[in-house]
Amino acid sequence: MGNKLIDLQGISKSYGKHMVLDDLNLYIRENEFLTLLGPSGCGKTTTLRIIGGFEKPDKGRVVFDGQDITNLPPNKRHLNTVFQKYALFTHLTIAENIAFGLKIKNKPKAYIDDKIKYALKLVNLDGFENRMADSLSGGQQQRIAIARAIVNEPKVLLLDEPLGALDLKLRQDMQYELIRLKNELGITFVFVTHDQEEALTMSDTIVVMNQGYIQQVGTPEKIYNEPENAFVADFIGDSNIIPGTMIEDELVEFLNAKFKCVDKGFGNNTPVDVVIRPEDVELVAPEKGIIQGTVTHLIFKGVHYEMEVMANGFEWLVQSTKMWPVGTKVGIKVDPFNIQIMNKPESEDEEAVGVDE
Amino acid sequence: MNKTVKKNALFASPYIVWIAAFIIIPLLFIVYYGFTDRAGNFTLENIKAIARPEYYEALALSLILAVISTIICLLLAYPLALILRNMNMSKQGFIVFIFILPMWMNFLLRTYAWQAILDINGVLDVFLAKFGITGFNIINTPAAIVLGMVYDYLPFMVLPIYNVLVKIDDNVINAARDLGANFWQTLFKIIIPLSKAGIASGIIMVFVPSLTTFVISDILGGGKLLLIGNIVENKVKADNLNLAAGLSLVLMIFIVINMVFSGNDESDSVKVKGGK
Repeated sequence: MGNKLIDLQGISKSYGKHMVLDDLNLYIRENEFLTLLGPSGCGKTTTLRIIGGFEKPDKGRVVFDGQDITNLPPNKRHLNTVFQKYALFTHLTIAENIAFGLKIKNKPKAYIDDKIKYALKLVNLDGFENRMADSLSGGQQQRIAIARAIVNEPKVLLLDEPLGALDLKLRQDMQYELIRLKNELGITFVFVTHDQEEALTMSDTIVVMNQGYIQQVGTPEKIYNEPENAFVADFIGDSNIIPGTMIEDELVEFLNAKFKCVDKGFGNNTPVDVVIRPEDVELVAPEKGIIQGTVTHLIFKGVHYEMEVMANGFEWLVQSTKMWPVGTKVGIKVDPFNIQIMNKPESEDEEAVGVDE
Repeated sequence: MNKTVKKNALFASPYIVWIAAFIIIPLLFIVYYGFTDRAGNFTLENIKAIARPEYYEALALSLILAVISTIICLLLAYPLALILRNMNMSKQGFIVFIFILPMWMNFLLRTYAWQAILDINGVLDVFLAKFGITGFNIINTPAAIVLGMVYDYLPFMVLPIYNVLVKIDDNVINAARDLGANFWQTLFKIIIPLSKAGIASGIIMVFVPSLTTFVISDILGGGKLLLIGNIVENKVKADNLNLAAGLSLVLMIFIVINMVFSGNDESDSVKVKGGK
């Protein structure tokens, strides 16, 4: 991945008294698949609309390819958007939809025809030239919206929850399709979603946002395995978040038991939050566990069983391929490597991690 | 299924009776009177009467004034509807309300008010005289009639256009901008084509009453400028129902022509909503 292509510097935006973005700083590198992930109202769509030019920030600058484009209208920016619910032009044919941007730029007809063919092939909809937009299914409309954007050869493609209106199976197919498209076209994707699975599947970089603040930026693996705060841990996948105390380096106490971990540098006797993923909790015979508990719930989820275990006053969420019936006494063990230690929020910025789902 | 259809048909029956009693039967009467003479014998004289200069000149003037007032209404209403659409929701409702407010007042009263304003030594005349402007007297001219038509029928142009415009998804307009279209390109290539259905109903709702009015021309035309509506009115008053019906049938042809030309895109109104 290359240089910084888009640089958001100190972006703030509010609607009336409601602060949507507060001093947001973020850069997007060339050829990156970057996902803005967060619950509704976290400011992810506003961020995208500011990049696209549909909103003006109250404060801050948008730098694109070294050039300040903060005040440039959308039609002067070298990027294209795929909108939520497709936003196709229903009075035009599919071919006219795709040709729209090229006709505005007065490209020759032969070039436009070639581009339409190429784009329809790319999104697997050859032969749809003369259909009307509303005769297409949701998934087809979405692919036309993508085709309409990419024929303009933008440097960046902005996608605003483009898969939100599709059903599960189609959404998964489209995820692979988008990854393929990105690799074939070699352009930068900025993707907005509230679906963590979508984000983990497709992104090079995930930006987790909440209440107008960036919570964490990192690769999907990093975000999943090493969440920086309780919000990220809770929003990305399921987790057990337990308050505890860091006794010393590599030793943490929670639920009245001491666990070995691999984290260092938190100081001695510091209050912390401990995050353990449900698939990392090991259930063993009671005497072999560090703490003991009783299975209270059991659900079969297909790939694994999901159990809840009451132990030392905390309801543990556990995922395992091995089933422990409800009522069984079990021991709980966690590999030191799978215990993730996080600082308790201190400043006001970090307070904004409350889960609003 | 069949049962529901029957049940629904039952609910529709009062409207069918209404349509038959007040639209179809009167229309048949007009056709009957139009093609008969006083004695009830078949004749084409009432239709052919339009060839007389006093009648076809009135019809021509009516057509010209109706076209002019429709165009003026469209040019005024479209930008207004567009501005309304882009306002925030609470303001939209208020302005639409303000716009409909005059319709709460009697149509005749409003037209008489314009007479008082435009009259020689009327409100406008006296006001302009204070600035040393005299001789601006349009009362009893075609201009005054057009002004009256535009004033009375403008809301009928604004509302259908506004209704279609508010249904256009913001992101459809954003998409056009995103693809490089400037304001005017977005307007002419996207917004206007998507609001054709509203424009069509607006045109019908302004053109038809403008073409057939006799009240506005009576009050603001001083009774000297006869539109086809005035002539039909005079014939009814003179108890010549046959001629009145014959001229009405001729007038109806122009109304149908207008509706065919502007109404063939009606189906678009459904599509405007976009992605279902």
